[in-house]
Amino acid sequence: MYRSHVLVCGGTGCTSSGSAKIIETLQAEIDKNGLHDEVQVVKTGCFGLCALGPIMIVYPEGSFYSMVKEEDIPEIVSEHLLKGRIVSRLLYQETVTDDGIKALNDTSFYKKQLRIALRNCGVINPENIDEYIGTDGYAALGKVLTEMTPEQVIQEILDSGLRGRGGGGFPTGMKWKLARNIVPDADQKYVCCNADEGDPGAFMDRSVLEGDPHVVLEAMAIAGYAIGANQGYIYVRAEYPIAIQRLEIAINQAREYGLLGKNIFNSGFDFDIDLRLGAGAFVCGEETALMTSIEGNRGEPRPRPPFPAEKGLYGKPTILNNVETYANIPRIILNGAKWFSEMGTEKSKGTKVFALGGKINNTGLVEVPMGTTLREVVEEIGGGIPNGKKFKAAQTGGPSGGCIPAEHFDVPIDYDNLIAIGSMMGSGGLIVMDEDNCMVDIAKFFLEFTVDESCGKCTPCRVGTKRLYEMLDKITKGQGTLEDIDKMEELCYYIKANSLCGLGQTAPNPVLSTLKFFRDEYIAHVVDKKCPAGVCKDLLQFTIEKDKCIGCGMCAKQCPANAITRTDYIAPGKKLAAFEIDPAKCVKCGACIEKCKPGAIYKK
Amino acid sequence: MDMINVKINGVEVSAPKGTTILQAARMANIDIPTLCYLKDINEIGACRICVVEADEGRGKRLVASCVYPITEGMQVYTNTPNVLESRKKTLQLILSTHDKKCTSCVRSENCELKKMANDMGLTDEFKYEGENIQYEIDDSAAHMIRDNNKCILCRRCVAVCNANQGVGVIGANERGFKTHISSAFELGLGTTSCISCGQCIAVCPVGAITEKDSTDDVLKAIADEKKFVIVQTAPAVRAALGEEFGYEMGTNVEGKMAAALRRIGFDKVFDTNFAADLTIMEEATELVERVTNGGKLPMITSCSPGWIKYCEHYFPDMTENLSSCKSPMQMFGATAKTYYAEKMGIDPKDMVVVAVMPCTAKKFEIGRDDQNAAGVPDVDISITTRELARLIKRCGIKFDKLADEQFDQPLGIGTGAAVIFGATGGVMEAALRTAVKMITGSEAGDINFTEVRGVAGIKEASYKVGDLDVKVAVASGTANAAELLKKVQNGEADYTFIEIMGCPGGCVNGGGQPQVPASVRNFEDIRAIRAKALYDQDAASEIRLSHENPAIKSLYEEFFEKPGSHKAHEILHTSYVKRGLY
Repeated sequence: MYRSHVLVCGGTGCTSSGSAKIIETLQAEIDKNGLHDEVQVVKTGCFGLCALGPIMIVYPEGSFYSMVKEEDIPEIVSEHLLKGRIVSRLLYQETVTDDGIKALNDTSFYKKQLRIALRNCGVINPENIDEYIGTDGYAALGKVLTEMTPEQVIQEILDSGLRGRGGGGFPTGMKWKLARNIVPDADQKYVCCNADEGDPGAFMDRSVLEGDPHVVLEAMAIAGYAIGANQGYIYVRAEYPIAIQRLEIAINQAREYGLLGKNIFNSGFDFDIDLRLGAGAFVCGEETALMTSIEGNRGEPRPRPPFPAEKGLYGKPTILNNVETYANIPRIILNGAKWFSEMGTEKSKGTKVFALGGKINNTGLVEVPMGTTLREVVEEIGGGIPNGKKFKAAQTGGPSGGCIPAEHFDVPIDYDNLIAIGSMMGSGGLIVMDEDNCMVDIAKFFLEFTVDESCGKCTPCRVGTKRLYEMLDKITKGQGTLEDIDKMEELCYYIKANSLCGLGQTAPNPVLSTLKFFRDEYIAHVVDKKCPAGVCKDLLQFTIEKDKCIGCGMCAKQCPANAITRTDYIAPGKKLAAFEIDPAKCVKCGACIEKCKPGAIYKK
Repeated sequence: MDMINVKINGVEVSAPKGTTILQAARMANIDIPTLCYLKDINEIGACRICVVEADEGRGKRLVASCVYPITEGMQVYTNTPNVLESRKKTLQLILSTHDKKCTSCVRSENCELKKMANDMGLTDEFKYEGENIQYEIDDSAAHMIRDNNKCILCRRCVAVCNANQGVGVIGANERGFKTHISSAFELGLGTTSCISCGQCIAVCPVGAITEKDSTDDVLKAIADEKKFVIVQTAPAVRAALGEEFGYEMGTNVEGKMAAALRRIGFDKVFDTNFAADLTIMEEATELVERVTNGGKLPMITSCSPGWIKYCEHYFPDMTENLSSCKSPMQMFGATAKTYYAEKMGIDPKDMVVVAVMPCTAKKFEIGRDDQNAAGVPDVDISITTRELARLIKRCGIKFDKLADEQFDQPLGIGTGAAVIFGATGGVMEAALRTAVKMITGSEAGDINFTEVRGVAGIKEASYKVGDLDVKVAVASGTANAAELLKKVQNGEADYTFIEIMGCPGGCVNGGGQPQVPASVRNFEDIRAIRAKALYDQDAASEIRLSHENPAIKSLYEEFFEKPGSHKAHEILHTSYVKRGLY
């Protein structure tokens, strides 16, 4: 028995801020102080508060050290672990109160969260199957194989109301039911896991895979039993090396324990899982493209019908669920459909993980019950917007989603509400924007992504999105007309209705939703030739207010284009002649503004 | 069979389960335009031209009719404003990336894209004009030119190359707007294992893939007074050339073709059929020789240069199985520049042999090694059926007004056995007719070997010839050939003789034949219709056995002595290269 456990995050975020080195130093210090029998260091998955990494929690006290540096380690070991004196100075300051330290779960970031999919992330060592088993891991699989018929399993999932977390929100139980029944005499079926997380800024699937890989394996085995499949594939992007490594470890351990392979739990049920690595094409997150890619072909979608439940991977009945969806399955089996369906809204049950990003104080991963309002997520959990700026919009659903304006700040987030206001759940990216964001520019950003990531198979997506992008580009350069806005809108609706797959069918959403809620910004770009947020470079002019200029010349030194030169004019009360910017040479990089001490340079 | 009932534009249609909206609409005599769709080959729903509105009880939705199956009670609308406007936008977007040099495009007259724009009443082809990528033109292959600036990414070429030919040297590279059709690592096609079959050209709806045009070279040779220019025409050409002049598919225009060639100015108008009969004499002799002397079996025909190149790239271990006979086109050239030149007192260097072929691989074949019996290339210029049509038009010849004429003598004499070379199974049948005579000394009782006829990709038959059991197989389309050859390699089949043609259906459906738009191709079998013209000619022929061709008899008497003689080997036979892949 150890008297202390030190949990250090080994997720991608903390790993890139140096947590591997922290763990190494920590272990060395512990050994040096002779504490190796008393203190155990556990490398866990992601805690969610990625902006504060590297993160470390010491139990039993629950002391939450954030932004830990290597040089802090000796002090933490000698003071906290050896002498029992918490190093308050290094704690996450929100947990420090007058009466001592506050539990992490009582901080604003965690208080409103409800962690089901992420429940083991940051808690267990993902590379040790015993720790997973220690938190009821594989109990659901045992229950399913020994006490339930496949039909009962499907009914349980149907009753829970669980819907696909990858974006579409299709009822998971329905998908399983179709795959079980649609081809009664199928000789082979497959269970696939979509771990090709590709939305810019979304990383919840990576966190689950890194922090709790066994939950995915267990859920896939349950799905295999339910639909009658004995082979599973996890399609994971090669850009997730830590996730891949932990999945490999997990699969091997599960095989060793007989939890994958032949005759699991002596039930006669065989199931195994293999990994397939994706090369990073966004479209491979689309189900038919994903299967085409697993088959070894260029990852392009196929027309549906036939749907994968009938003809999927290698032409066999196949289900594909996303990582987060699977992460809910074992809990539903153990706690029951009723438990799950009591959370959330009428048609969206359970919780949803969001990746908070953009103009927000607490960037990271949060899991909240469906129906939580955007305001709660942004202001309470996210800690509001930095520098006292005003909330302008939140972008959800990634490149397939839309922008939700402040007027819908109090809408409870669920699948149907988001669609009703022109966005979508998507995989759960949530990017917050303030008054400094130009909505035309935002639409252009997301569209540029889809233009790049279109597979090029169907005309509307291949050519349509490109032409749409060109129109947006024209507007941001002040060359657009009001007719262009109409033409663009018409093209958006055409692309949505005519594209082959979900990528194209949703690609215009960022444009349509910004046109709907921020049309005045488009008009400002087109009619007034102005970018109200001051983002679109071609519509900006940088000027030096000569009476404020102290003639220090820092701006001219900084200017990469030699656009700033000294004039003859000396402002009243100043000693040196003022500078001016030649608009013909200016590249609008903004470097001068940053260096100007008296704040004499403006963009307008 | 489960029947599904739907209403298309209010018309009730009942069709078997699995029928697509496009097919069901056709049953109701409603035409839906398509671009990417090729029945059984390219069913990818990519271009979105064929969209219709379908209502399955949940409101109208745009779906791609080429791949969307009908469901009970479905209501389909093919001409609503939404449908028509969507198709128009799709077409305008395609046109925004298409190099619209229609006036100088070789496909100007039969471009499917141009016709579609006209049919749709499109007035603004520049609506979505924008940035485009400029692609380099690939002219590295001997037989064709690929101009991606005209490509509309329907991927029909990719599909035939893969599905029909099992070659797959072209595919989509890059993604999104940068997607383009190319070879691996952007290699020039000439450096890949492309077999030059030209099936991609035959299915291209626009002018993105075309044969290398040699019509100017032909006119230049004819204009050169020092040159004696003779022309030979392959059997399949007469079954398809008429299509270029408005004749119904399957019309045999042999007589008008001979007349037109004479008016273009060739010094002699001959027939490759003559050399087809010669090929039979040599090939049947070789077969009998291999069977009696324990030579390499099965022996495989060598008439199709697409097939030969395929064998050299993909089955290099089986080149010994190939008959050493040159193809009829090359045998013709070799005979013309030796026997005929000698007879006429013409220096072979002053003779130009032009071949009109249903084939693009022939353009590659004329440049092969070991194909120059007289010390100069056996054949100088090989043009396709399409190029001949262009020549006729360019020379201002009113094709349909011409009276039928005969080929010149003696190299214009062919039998019924020769003319069926143009269809899959034809060479086999012609060879069997003569082999029976060679082996047994008497004529076959029934010279119609119908088991090897028809458009099936692989056909098998066995015959008792004298004491011999002769097992034969016929394959067309190199994907089918591969399937057949794998069986041979695995020891699952012990054929004596195999006929392989590179193109599905044989030369009638060759890569050099007139292009047939998808709107026809998807609903009619080109292969069967054109082949019928050849079988009809065979049935009507006075002489239907190669060994009875009087011109061939004299040729052996006067020159080659006997089939398979040393001299015949020097002039009429060739060798192969083991190329392998890349």
